[in-house]
Amino acid sequence: MAEMNLRQALSKGLREALDNNDNVFLMGEDIGLYGGPYAVTKDLYKDYGPEKIIDTPIAESGFVGAAIGSSMTGMKPIVEIMTINFSLLAIDQIVNHAAKMHYMSDGQLSVPMIIRTVTGAGGRLAATHSQSFEGWYASVPGLKVVAPSNPNDALGLLRSSLNDNNPIIFVEHSMLYGVTGEVPEPYYETPIGLPKVIQEGTDLTIIAWSGMIPVAQDVELKLKEENISCELIDIRTLNPIDFELIFESVKKTNKVVILDEYWETGSFGAYISSVIQENCFDYLDAPISVVNSMNIPMPYSAELEDQVVPNTKRVLEKIKNKIGL
Amino acid sequence: MDKETAKKYLFDMIKIRQFEEACGRMYMQGKIKGFLHLYIGEEAIAVGSISELSKDDYIITHYRDHGHALARGMDPNKAMAELYGKVDGTSRGKGGSMHLFDSDLNFMGGHAIVGGHLPIAVGIALGIKKQKRKGLVMCYFGDGAVNEGEFHESMNLAALWDLPIIFYLENNQYGMGTHVKRSSANPEMLYKFADLYGMPSTKIDGMDVITVRDSAREAIEKIRKGGGPLLIEAMTYRFRGHSMADPSEYRENEEVQQWQKEKDPIELFKDYCYTNNILTEQETNQINGEVKTLIKECLEFAENSPLPDMSVAEDKIYNTNN
Repeated sequence: MAEMNLRQALSKGLREALDNNDNVFLMGEDIGLYGGPYAVTKDLYKDYGPEKIIDTPIAESGFVGAAIGSSMTGMKPIVEIMTINFSLLAIDQIVNHAAKMHYMSDGQLSVPMIIRTVTGAGGRLAATHSQSFEGWYASVPGLKVVAPSNPNDALGLLRSSLNDNNPIIFVEHSMLYGVTGEVPEPYYETPIGLPKVIQEGTDLTIIAWSGMIPVAQDVELKLKEENISCELIDIRTLNPIDFELIFESVKKTNKVVILDEYWETGSFGAYISSVIQENCFDYLDAPISVVNSMNIPMPYSAELEDQVVPNTKRVLEKIKNKIGL
Repeated sequence: MDKETAKKYLFDMIKIRQFEEACGRMYMQGKIKGFLHLYIGEEAIAVGSISELSKDDYIITHYRDHGHALARGMDPNKAMAELYGKVDGTSRGKGGSMHLFDSDLNFMGGHAIVGGHLPIAVGIALGIKKQKRKGLVMCYFGDGAVNEGEFHESMNLAALWDLPIIFYLENNQYGMGTHVKRSSANPEMLYKFADLYGMPSTKIDGMDVITVRDSAREAIEKIRKGGGPLLIEAMTYRFRGHSMADPSEYRENEEVQQWQKEKDPIELFKDYCYTNNILTEQETNQINGEVKTLIKECLEFAENSPLPDMSVAEDKIYNTNN
């Protein structure tokens, strides 16, 4: 076991990929000479050179499309889009092209590529730089979406993504890069699609992912003080998603709260809620509650931002008022 | 030009023409659905330029893709079955007219978002370069795509990375119903965009298959010798509407008729062959007849092919071979 933070785990995974597969290359804005906007690719340019670590112009559609095209010839590009907000400039490439190529060619072509990008709020970056669009991508057949919350899963999911021949949206949360944890020394992979129970409990199931995991953990601690036992599930992957483990938990606790950093309207958390109620209706003792960001463009001020995103206080209030715990 | 090459060119152009005419008829009969964009009038470009490519080269194109597919050698039976939405189609009926693919021919698709395939073309060229393979990318797009940001992003990336790609601008003068003069600030000079990216470019008569061939040959040779990206703008005209749903109210009938009368690429090439004693009228008639049989067969093939079942719809959403 080695202790490392999430940034280091990703860096380790990227180095492994570059070392083990000649077809792997990295591409993105300022990932090379500059060292990466979030320093995930720090020193890679120095160690692997400009052929493997390509600094691109600020042309998201252009370089994401270029990654798609190269993957169709057998390359394995790992693209970094600086933040998920900028991925909107490449959404045609991602949704209309990467997601559709295998299907529309009936399997003649494949797009084995990874798009790493940064989601979420918390950086005091205001309305255009604080959004959480991973649920959008999860809604598109042909894409896979992973969103690790800790170093162990980050490395394991990156390895699985490298061995997967589909376009993968690999979502990293800007507030989680410094999260530390144990990472096993022997090689392992974390399967894409499998949620994980990160805390067992009996009274309430809390479902979350990515930047909402620390909030969920805080809520769990607060409720523990009131002798309420929470089962905490990190879904880790938004598409595909194996619901069986979630159903098992719901059948045990009979109560569910879902944390989703996206706005209320059209949230992925609401989708999870609908699947649970359709499959576990007879087991539910209370309405399923989804806690989202408020339907407000993100304000800059820290005082305001902290209230707009789901926080411990708002989650606890909802658990008390809607679920009745 | 020798007799065999002339026969091949004429055969391929007439094959595209008759295939497209058959498509138009079958659309009217309800056999072909969806959006159908015919290549009639533009045959010289596909035939003249694709005939110069080798099998290592890649082709990627827009949604008016039947001509490029057939010129590359796609089986017309499979292409027609795809348009019929049948199980023997190139994608078992999941792509349709705008999305023909044949990976064995390095035919990387018709793509239906204007300008969207240009960055992908750049990526294919990047893949070729990175793997030190032979070959280049021939990327077709229309005058409409030139106004998309992706055109400029792609031109810049290709030049910046010095990639083996030919940007092939088929200027048929209309982006759907909007004439290039109504959509471009400098409509006569589209090929000059290349200058800004330090890329050589040329503007040619796209109705003359020999001119098309010669300019393609020159461009391909430059790239094979290690040269970087190039742009060719071929002036052309589509004799039919944008799609079968075209109300044809944006251009005068006289304009269409004049192009058909004076610049039909098949008639121009026939005249060339007669004038230079390469082919006789009897020989061109024979080609016409051969193509007719071929098209009849492909319609029968498509008609007789079974419809796909839902297992086809649910297949190949993801690549399951890891």
